[in-house]
Amino acid sequence: MTRDLTLKRPSRATRFAARDPGPAARLAGFMAHLRGAGFHLGVAETGLAMDALTTLDDMAPETVCRALKAVCASDADQFARFDDMFNAFWLNNGRVRARLAQSRSTGTDRQRAGRTGDGMATGTGKAHAPDDGHDSGESESGGTGRLMATGVANLMRRDLRELVSPDDIRHAETLAARLGAAIRDRRSRRRRAARRGRGVDLRRTLRSALSTGGEPLHLHRRTRPDRPVKLVVLCDVSGSMLAYTRPYLAFITGLTRADPTADAYLFHTGLVRITTALHDDDPLRMLNRLSLLAEGVGGGSRIGANLDLFARSYARRFVNGRSVVVIFSDGYDSASPDQLGPALAQLKKRGCRIIWLNPLKGWRDYAPIAGGMAAALPHLDLFAPATTLADLARLEPELARL
Amino acid sequence: MKNPQNLTDKLHAQGYVAHPDLAMALHLALTLGRPLLLEGAAGVGKTEIARALAAMLGTELLRLQCYEGLDAAQAIYEWNYQRQLLSIRAAVEDGESARQAESRIFSEDYLLERPLLAAIRRERPPVLLIDEIDRADEEFEAYLLEVLSDFQITIPELGTITATSRPHVILTANGTRDLSDALRRRCLYAYVDYPDRDTELAILTTRCPEIEAALGRQIVGFVQALRAEDLEKKPGIAEMLDFAAALGGLGVNDLGADPAALAAALATLLKTQSDRAAIPPEVAARLAGRAA
Repeated sequence: MTRDLTLKRPSRATRFAARDPGPAARLAGFMAHLRGAGFHLGVAETGLAMDALTTLDDMAPETVCRALKAVCASDADQFARFDDMFNAFWLNNGRVRARLAQSRSTGTDRQRAGRTGDGMATGTGKAHAPDDGHDSGESESGGTGRLMATGVANLMRRDLRELVSPDDIRHAETLAARLGAAIRDRRSRRRRAARRGRGVDLRRTLRSALSTGGEPLHLHRRTRPDRPVKLVVLCDVSGSMLAYTRPYLAFITGLTRADPTADAYLFHTGLVRITTALHDDDPLRMLNRLSLLAEGVGGGSRIGANLDLFARSYARRFVNGRSVVVIFSDGYDSASPDQLGPALAQLKKRGCRIIWLNPLKGWRDYAPIAGGMAAALPHLDLFAPATTLADLARLEPELARL
Repeated sequence: MKNPQNLTDKLHAQGYVAHPDLAMALHLALTLGRPLLLEGAAGVGKTEIARALAAMLGTELLRLQCYEGLDAAQAIYEWNYQRQLLSIRAAVEDGESARQAESRIFSEDYLLERPLLAAIRRERPPVLLIDEIDRADEEFEAYLLEVLSDFQITIPELGTITATSRPHVILTANGTRDLSDALRRRCLYAYVDYPDRDTELAILTTRCPEIEAALGRQIVGFVQALRAEDLEKKPGIAEMLDFAAALGGLGVNDLGADPAALAAALATLLKTQSDRAAIPPEVAARLAGRAA
């Protein structure tokens, strides 16, 4: 533990040598820095990090970085972000605070998106202070229920806080919990050994009968285990969907709060994963993070391109045969709809079920002739109308049957 | 073995080219005695590292392949009931007392070792590879955690067996299911990515020294270009090596020269129908031309 952790280049910690609190304290500071960025680290990890550093021969920054990375990172995402975090803390000459604040608000989600593919994070822009979100000004997207798809990303940010209130979320939470349960509650067809169950597990019973001299003293049972379905929600927040964004976002927020395994995305001209932001404990801060992520709300939408991007990137990691993908969109694509059909076909190949909830379907005389919608239909397991939270509630029996 | 560079060299001698991140994680896992969790796409050499490590340390590799429904009887130990029954029959005929028979049939001779028990009872610490841990059930994961933290296993009839040596544990996962935080926290972590051009070339020359340098550069360039394409299943390192071997077998010395042979060898790289359709021979020839 006596080894000096001083790095070669000047760092914040070593500029004032007299005030240096010692290597352990500096390392603890770094751990706090990581914790602030969402790493799950305890005291034990700090100790382990110290031990790891004592096994090293040289203290070159890249060596130290690698060692700490092996100890502190615990999934692919953290592993990819670690180098930046390390450089920001040890080598950036005092720019730590700014860096920390930024990564708190949007850094995590943006970097995650940036790593998985290009163009996904285009809608998020640069980080703003959380308070300057009200400048709607002369909005070019103020109209509600506009059916024209626009090709430009909306640069005037529309604040989601105007769209979603904590009350809505509370209401949506109960609904989402019920709907989520309706979709999720699936029994496997296969059977598995269990302490209590209907059937007798003959194979196991005979096997254990051997240990009691051929007398089946212990009856082993088996049951059909629950196979919870994972929900993945994609919500179109383009201009044409603006009128419906409010109930949908409330529903998504409620859903992720009711079911921690649910996964959520927004798309307009770009695609953003909002799951991590939605898991924020503080509802107000969550809305702030969401607003920053959803920059470009109310602009045009590129449904086909975004779903294609989703199928090729996130879906590989987060969608499998036990997923239900729910898409909230009106199907008005500002780009050509050619990509949509193949994208859904590819998504479908992952074995998931796809539900498309379209607000327009509730209209009288509505026919899914919007180019995008027509291309999508053959790949959908359920195509249903939904404009309000009440509509969503009415879907429960259909979702349960799926 | 005090530093990671040393470890990298030794692994290289075993035919494994390790990324510095991975070498460091491995070095820490060995010196701190922690399990190492490796994640990454299929075919980037996660399983291979355990094999190389075992060869490097001159020790045994014990492998536990996880699957859904894996239980303690398959992973830890089981009594050999058939032999016990036979032995009881024999004991009755020989007139052996019940007590004697009992102590005999619950002895080590009648115990079937499974990988976890075997790993902690070896003289020399073996390398224990727990492959695709994410395929096992969550209950098994919890049980595994217990074994990995205490390194002791209790068998009711025999008592508690403590480790004579602590195995070097390597776990691999490729994202079938999210692993629990508890497991992640207990392990050191490294994400294994597809190698960059130079690393992959080093792997190729290490594993297939008979491939000529120029062809080697072409192969690696071609495979790297293929990974950048929009494929369902990207070719891993094993596929790249198969591809090189196939070209060797076909007697190809220049990728650009023989489109027919190239198309034939593509079977080792593209393994789904739609990927084959996505890379028709002309595209393959163009990629090969660019890689040259």
